[in-house]
Amino acid sequence: MTSLFLLQLLNGVQFGILLFLIAAGLTLVFGIMDFVNLAHGVIYMVGAYLAVSFTQMTGSYGLGLLLTLPATLLIGLVLELLVFRRLYDRPHLDQVLATFGLVMIVTEGVQIIWGAAPLSVAMPEALSGSIPLIGQMRYPVFRLVVIGAGLATALGLYLIIGHTRIGMRLRAGATSRAMVSALGVDIHKLFTVIFAFGAMLAGFAGAMVAPILTVDPGMGEQVLILAFVVIVIGGIGSVRGAFAGALLVGIVDTMGRSFGPILLRLVMEPAAAGQAGRVLAPMLVYILMAAILAARPTGLFGQKT
Amino acid sequence: MTQSRTILALLAASTCLAGPAAAQDDDTLTIGLLLTLSGPSAVLGEMARDGFQLAAEEIGDIGGMTTRIIVVDDELKPDVATNKARELVQRNGADIVVGPIFSNIMGAIAKPVVDSGAILISPNAGPSVFAGAECHRNIFATSYQNDQMHEVMGAYAQAQGFDNVFLLAPNYQAGKDALAGFRHSYEGGVAGEIFTQLGQLDYSAELAQIAAMQPDAVFAFMPGGMGVNLVRQYRQAGLETIPFLSAFTVDESTLPAQQDAAVSFLGGSNWAPDLDTPENKAFVEAYEAKFNQVPAVYAMQAYDAARLIDAAVREAGGVADRDALIAALEQAPFTSVRGDFSFGPNHFPIQDFYLTEVVKREDGKFATSIVEKIFEDYQDSYVGDCQMD
Repeated sequence: MTSLFLLQLLNGVQFGILLFLIAAGLTLVFGIMDFVNLAHGVIYMVGAYLAVSFTQMTGSYGLGLLLTLPATLLIGLVLELLVFRRLYDRPHLDQVLATFGLVMIVTEGVQIIWGAAPLSVAMPEALSGSIPLIGQMRYPVFRLVVIGAGLATALGLYLIIGHTRIGMRLRAGATSRAMVSALGVDIHKLFTVIFAFGAMLAGFAGAMVAPILTVDPGMGEQVLILAFVVIVIGGIGSVRGAFAGALLVGIVDTMGRSFGPILLRLVMEPAAAGQAGRVLAPMLVYILMAAILAARPTGLFGQKT
Repeated sequence: MTQSRTILALLAASTCLAGPAAAQDDDTLTIGLLLTLSGPSAVLGEMARDGFQLAAEEIGDIGGMTTRIIVVDDELKPDVATNKARELVQRNGADIVVGPIFSNIMGAIAKPVVDSGAILISPNAGPSVFAGAECHRNIFATSYQNDQMHEVMGAYAQAQGFDNVFLLAPNYQAGKDALAGFRHSYEGGVAGEIFTQLGQLDYSAELAQIAAMQPDAVFAFMPGGMGVNLVRQYRQAGLETIPFLSAFTVDESTLPAQQDAAVSFLGGSNWAPDLDTPENKAFVEAYEAKFNQVPAVYAMQAYDAARLIDAAVREAGGVADRDALIAALEQAPFTSVRGDFSFGPNHFPIQDFYLTEVVKREDGKFATSIVEKIFEDYQDSYVGDCQMD
């Protein structure tokens, strides 16, 4: 049981790391630009599709991943210049409508280009195995790589935001947009950079999951909701909060799914426990969110306003 | 005379189809294909459409009549499907509707289709109600009854003497039916039973439990993209020493994405591309040449539906006399690519079922391959509830 617990903990961390990669970009855009971007999920999806195509073209997943990064950065730039720039001063409802329209357009476009059937990327040979963990338990190497890549990204973001000039502007922008603008910082340029960077992070997440999960036209929407939960728990605009929130959501979700029914069985009949566990497990994350918001209305690391 | 009638018809059509003006005449056979052609599951509908149209091209005039085939997408939404079905039978005057892929759509389209007097032929969905209590003389299935594929795997697990099988399915009606079907013919012990969220992508938590329990085998019902993820992650987690039994989880619609990860995984089916009949060889060859992919059961069952319609309409001498047409369909006067095929009194097939295994063929493509026959001339267990008037 202990080894199962450890394994599930590792699974939870891995899922959380993945959520962090998506939520990081979302929280930057939402927190600093005050912009609700429902299209963040489809950029993640496009990243995964591009990774599939680039991998097929170059024959190497590593190269495919490297090419995906500038490609999604470029997509972020183009979208910002063409669409989002016009929406910053509009109310949230307009932003929701416009980005939701974009979700539909991109999803349909992806189906036209790549087809509706799920695609996949062959995992690089060197990373495709599993390593023994404890006893019979094994853990896939690639999932360890995902954890490593996520931690590296988190560290990189921490350094950029905490210890560089652009990071300082970012933090200032998150606190008071008008003041930063008044001090002579070109806020539009800053927004373009943040947006493109956020898109690249989403694309990176998409490319990282392509060897584990299927690449299909519905993948963006499923993950977007959880990403919003993560940034609300962590505090909107806080990358540190997104990291904590993502790990929390990942671990609670994974643990709840596997140990919820087991724990319930201690107090209920097995059949009823199975039934209740099935109902409760998907709700746990949202219960967690409600509990955290009740205690800290701005999230774990949110600024008091 | 003919010319003026054509002009009149065109005029009527151009006035925005004000009513069923371009009425069907008696020597045209109108067939509506109502399939899921968008969304993540579109590939199943596309295969069925391609299979049907392949047969239609080979036959030419289906049933010796001028044939009009209308293809519509049900979007996997029951309300959309109801409207599209009504449109097909009322505005387009469809004599026969072939569809749907998914069982929940079947409930939505059956009534509008049969109420208009048209025939409904399911190329895939086989919900228990239409095989039993709500069977109807206008409804046929060229596929199977949903439980049967799972019963095949249950019977195999039983025959292998497994006594500790882990069951895995999504938490919705078909998932529950799947596990019930498996248990129908399996009496051994169950190591664990997990219902996952519908559309779940990551199965690491479930796979960890399987690794901890080390069951004799795993039985999974994970259609579409869920199966692709499960199978790949199962292999990545190093669980391939535990036999993987499944239904609708490893087939030719998912294999292009699963590839090597699915090799040697087992499934239950009423057919596989390498089934040894001359009709099947010809069908698989033609399909692969035309669409550059290996057909799955959905393509095969739609192909058979077209062959069935052709033979029955010829036998009945047209579609105007519905009673004669139904009587002809009941005789199944065609040679199925599956070989033995006949209809039970509930208009569901009586056919053989097989254990299949995923193989990598010499040309590098992946396909299922028949290992052994599990059931001979097998009929569903709901036929007793069917009271057809």
